[in-house]
Parts: sequence; C-alpha cells; structure tokens
Amino acid sequence: MARLRIVLLIGLLASLALVPPIATWLDEPFYIVLFSRMLILAIGAIGLNLVMGYGGMVSFGHAAFVGIGAYMVGIGSFHSIEDGIDWMASGFFQLPAAIFVSAFFALIIGAISLRTKGVYFIMITLAFSQMLYFVAVGVEIYGADDGLSLYGRSEFAGLLDLNSDSAMYYVNFVTLGICLYAVHRIINSRFGLAIQGARSNERRMQAIGFPTFPYRLAGFVISGVICGIAGFLLANQTDFVSPDMMHWTRSGDLIIMVVLGGMGTLFGPLVGAVAFLLVEEILSSITISWQLYFGPLLILVVLFARGGIDGLLRPRQRADG
Amino acid sequence: MANLHLQTVDLIKRFGGLTATDKLSLEIERGELHAIIGPNGAGKTTLIAQLTGELAPDSGRIHFDGEDITDLPVHTRSGRGLARSFQITNIMPDFTSLENVALAIQAHAGHSYRFWKNARKDTRLTEPAQGFIDMVGIGDRAHVQATNLSHGEQRQLEIAMALATKPSMLLLDEPMAGTGPDESARMVDLLRRLKESHTILLIEHDMDVVFALADRITVLVYGRAIASGKPEEIRVNPEVKAAYLGDQDGGHA
Ligand SMILES: Nc1ncnc2c1ncn2[C@@H]1O[C@H](COP(=O)(O)OP(=O)(O)OP(=O)(O)O)[C@@H](O)[C@H]1O
Ligand SMILES: [Mg+2]
Repeated sequence: MARLRIVLLIGLLASLALVPPIATWLDEPFYIVLFSRMLILAIGAIGLNLVMGYGGMVSFGHAAFVGIGAYMVGIGSFHSIEDGIDWMASGFFQLPAAIFVSAFFALIIGAISLRTKGVYFIMITLAFSQMLYFVAVGVEIYGADDGLSLYGRSEFAGLLDLNSDSAMYYVNFVTLGICLYAVHRIINSRFGLAIQGARSNERRMQAIGFPTFPYRLAGFVISGVICGIAGFLLANQTDFVSPDMMHWTRSGDLIIMVVLGGMGTLFGPLVGAVAFLLVEEILSSITISWQLYFGPLLILVVLFARGGIDGLLRPRQRADG
Repeated sequence: MANLHLQTVDLIKRFGGLTATDKLSLEIERGELHAIIGPNGAGKTTLIAQLTGELAPDSGRIHFDGEDITDLPVHTRSGRGLARSFQITNIMPDFTSLENVALAIQAHAGHSYRFWKNARKDTRLTEPAQGFIDMVGIGDRAHVQATNLSHGEQRQLEIAMALATKPSMLLLDEPMAGTGPDESARMVDLLRRLKESHTILLIEHDMDVVFALADRITVLVYGRAIASGKPEEIRVNPEVKAAYLGDQDGGHA
C-alpha cells in the first residue's frame, strides 16, 4: 500500500505537470484553466491543513486570507490605472502586499481566536472572516459586492509574463511545489513538532516547558500567508476579485478539500482539491443539483475513510485507528 | 530550614464549597525526598497542580529556589527547573516514546522558531532522549507510538519526560499507580537513584515504598497538613494513626 501511494502521488504530480501540453493537443484550453484553479485551491488547502491538520485548529475563516491576497492584486491594478500609480500594477508590490497584509490579519485574528478552543474557535474564525466579507461588500470604491475586474495581471518587470494560460498554469504549479516543500520542511522542524505536540496534548506540552500559544499563533500566521499567496494567484487566474472569495462557504470548501484528501498529511490537500473540483465538474455537468449528491459522497468518505483519500492508501500507523 | 528548595505559605484552594488546599504551609529542603500521603481526595494532586501553575491558588504564595513563582505560567516554571509527572498518564499519544522525550529536551534547548532543519534527525535531541528512555528502562521501546505502550511503560515514559527537562526538583504524582509488582520494583529502584541528584516530592499510596524512600513525610487530610516529620515520627503520631494509617487499606480504593 505504501508503495502504491508513492507511485500514485508521483503519477498525480507528473500528470499535473503535463496538463497544458495535453490540453493544447486536445484543443481544450478550458482544461488548463480548470486545473489551474485546482492547483490554486490546493495551495489554499495546504495552508489551511497546516493549522487544521498539523496544529489541530479548525479554522472556518481561511477564505478571508485568500480574499485578502486577491484584493491586493485587484486594488493594485485598480489604482495603477485609475490613479496612474504605475508601481501598483507590479507583482513586486502586489505579492509582498498579499503576504504582509494576510500575515497582519492572521496575526490579529489568530491572537484573539486562539484564546478559545473547539467549537468556539470554529465560530470565532467564522465570525472574523464574515466581518471581512462584509467590509469587502461595503467598500464602494472597489466595486462593493460586484467586485473588481483586473485591468491586467500582475507585472513582473518583463521577467515573468502571466498573460498566457500555460504560463499562469506553470506559475501555479511551481508555487504549489514550493509550498509543498516548505510545509514538508516545517512539519519536520522543531517548530513543526512544537505545534503538532500542542495538537496532540497541549497541557503536557506546557508542563514540559513549551509556551504553546505563540507557536500556535505563528503557525496560524504562516498558514494565513500561504492562503494569501493562493489569493494572489487566484485573482490573476480569474482576472477578477470579489467579496464572494471570502464568503464562509469558500472557507467550508477549503475544509472539505482538506478532510477529503486527508487531514494532517502533506499531499492530502492537493489530492482533496483535485478530487473536489473533478467531482464538482463531473456532477455539475450531469445535473444542476449536483450539491445534492456531493453531500452524501462526502459523508461516505468521512465515514469509511477517516484519513481521507490519502488515508486509504497509507499503512495503518495507529493500533487504535 | 537552611536550604529551602520549595516553600508554600498559607496556600488555599477552594472548589466551590470544598476546600482542597487548606492554609497549607510546606517546606521542602534541597535534596530531600519528601513524601505526601493522605486518603483519596485529600488534595494531593490539587497541590501539585498549584505548584506547577496549572491551577491558581485562591490565596497564599509559592516560593521556589528563593523566588516567588506564584504568578508564573506553567512553561516558565518548567524552565526554572520544576518538573512533574502525572497521576493519570499524560503523554503525546501520537508521538513515539523517543519523540515524546525529545520534545521535552527541545523545550529547554532554546526557542523552537526553527522552521527548516529536520528535528527528528537532530542528534542533539534524539541522543539525550534515548539516554533518558534507557535510564527509565524502556530503551527498546523508543520507536513505539506512546499510545501503544503498556500502562507501566507509559508511567516510565512520564518520568523520562520529566527528567528530560533537566529539573532540579521532581513532583511525582503516584508514579506507580496501576503498575505490576515488577514494574513497581523497578520504579522504586529508579527513585532511589534519582534521589541522589534531585529534590523529590513524591505522592504515593504504598506505605512500604514511602517509608523506605522518604526523608520526610507530610500527611494531608482534607487539604490540611495534620503532621509533618521524619518517617519514624509519622509512624508513631497518634493523629496520623487515627486519621490515616489506622485505616488498613490506606484509604486507597
Ligand atoms: N477541578 C476540580 N473541580 C472541582 N473539584 C475538584 C477539582 N479537582 C479536584 N477536586 C476535588 O478536590 C478534592 C481533592 O482532589 P485531589 O485530586 O487533589 O485529591 P488527591 O489527594 O490527589 O486524591 P487521589 O488520592 O484520589 O489522587 C477532591 O474532593 C476532588 O473531588
Ligand atoms: Mg491525586
């Protein structure tokens, strides 16, 4: 089983790498866009998985960070044209802005939310993200609930051109790879062990001398930043930003991807995002009430594959399951 | 009283109408093994929880190494050299024995804002961790997930984790609770060795163990210290006999 899992994962990554040439060959450019969305949402789910899977903090508000990252692109593009501030069209401004602003909000939201546990934590992160959603809906200058169409994708001084679907796809793909590798390093580092220990038994971690709060908060911020980066990519991918990106149902989608793929596993969120969008795509092409079928499907996965899809392929590690 | 390691002054803790710690003033000297005995519900675990900072006393002070630590958080007290083991086994269940102990070492090896290097392969953590689990006698179980250890092995892991924080004082809450005779004997052996290098506050129901190991004994009943002194003094103390020792099964359910 363990070997099968590795073969399948390598197969998945290799197939993802080949999507643009195959789609071009099939003359179905739509697939490049669909799989691009998968990669971006996978990055968001990877970010969420860091706190939810490894840190044991079920955040129901991570779409807010995706939205913040996306709005940095939208706002930059808007001012670069409307006010002639050229540098705001630059990715060298927009990407750091996406990173720092999402880090800032994650710091504030985390510092308050992490004082609570369990259901309260879920509710308070949900409340914060809905607050940001309503702020976005209320800001007339940035299109209120209609959102903003980009005047252009982020510019990287001619070093990188995001305007073709294929180029955008590979930027997403490489970013995904970087995020996977970074999370792989983090979860095996001292920091990663500290937050996983706090998930496993916070009281004991304190008794052996860990101040668990600042470590969990740092984990929350890193996770928010990864989602902010996903937002940066999402805005460029869709040439559009809107409050809907922050809606609580988007946060729910991220949770579903993580659970579906396998919580607390490195590749789970990627598998989950791919499965989520494929199922959505297939079911919605068959019936408009696809969500009616998606719900029960999810329940089956949760009931019969508690470790998600990735968990099905893993050797059992715990005798108590 | 020349060299006090830990001292409580008029410590009081109430749970609603119940007084679990009742104006308790305790003095533990450096290097001694101080046993606390008393029937179920006497407030022994509650006392330890206040010493480590998990519970805040309603009033009174706690001094450790000559400093007032009453308001310090749990992890800071660990940093000062105070370590505990839990009566009800309390470990990181989804980590291996070695990782549990390595985490305790990591907690005292500078900050953990290190995001890149693989800590599972960091010999500065794993080598001393292996040393501690060898020391408590579960060295061959290093790579077993803690939840899959036997109850007795988990008790030993508890001690290894406490030791790995390099404490000057150990607070051991019934380290032999629920273990078999062999494991108990090994634990007594271990305690005897630890006694050489640590101040120990030991909570234990087994009177043979207590009288064999303790330098001094405090008897707790309803949160109050009814007697405190050398084992031979406690053994003949009429009040203790009446309240506790006379009770043949030691009050242990
Ligand atoms: N968190 C709590 N809330 C309310 N009451 C509590 C709490 N913790 C302990 N108690 C009560 O305080 C008293 C002392 O409990 P404690 O656990 O300290 O006793 P103990 O001496 O350790 O007993 P044992 O020998 O059974 O371990 C008991 O009556 C217990 O029911
Ligand atoms: Mg107790």
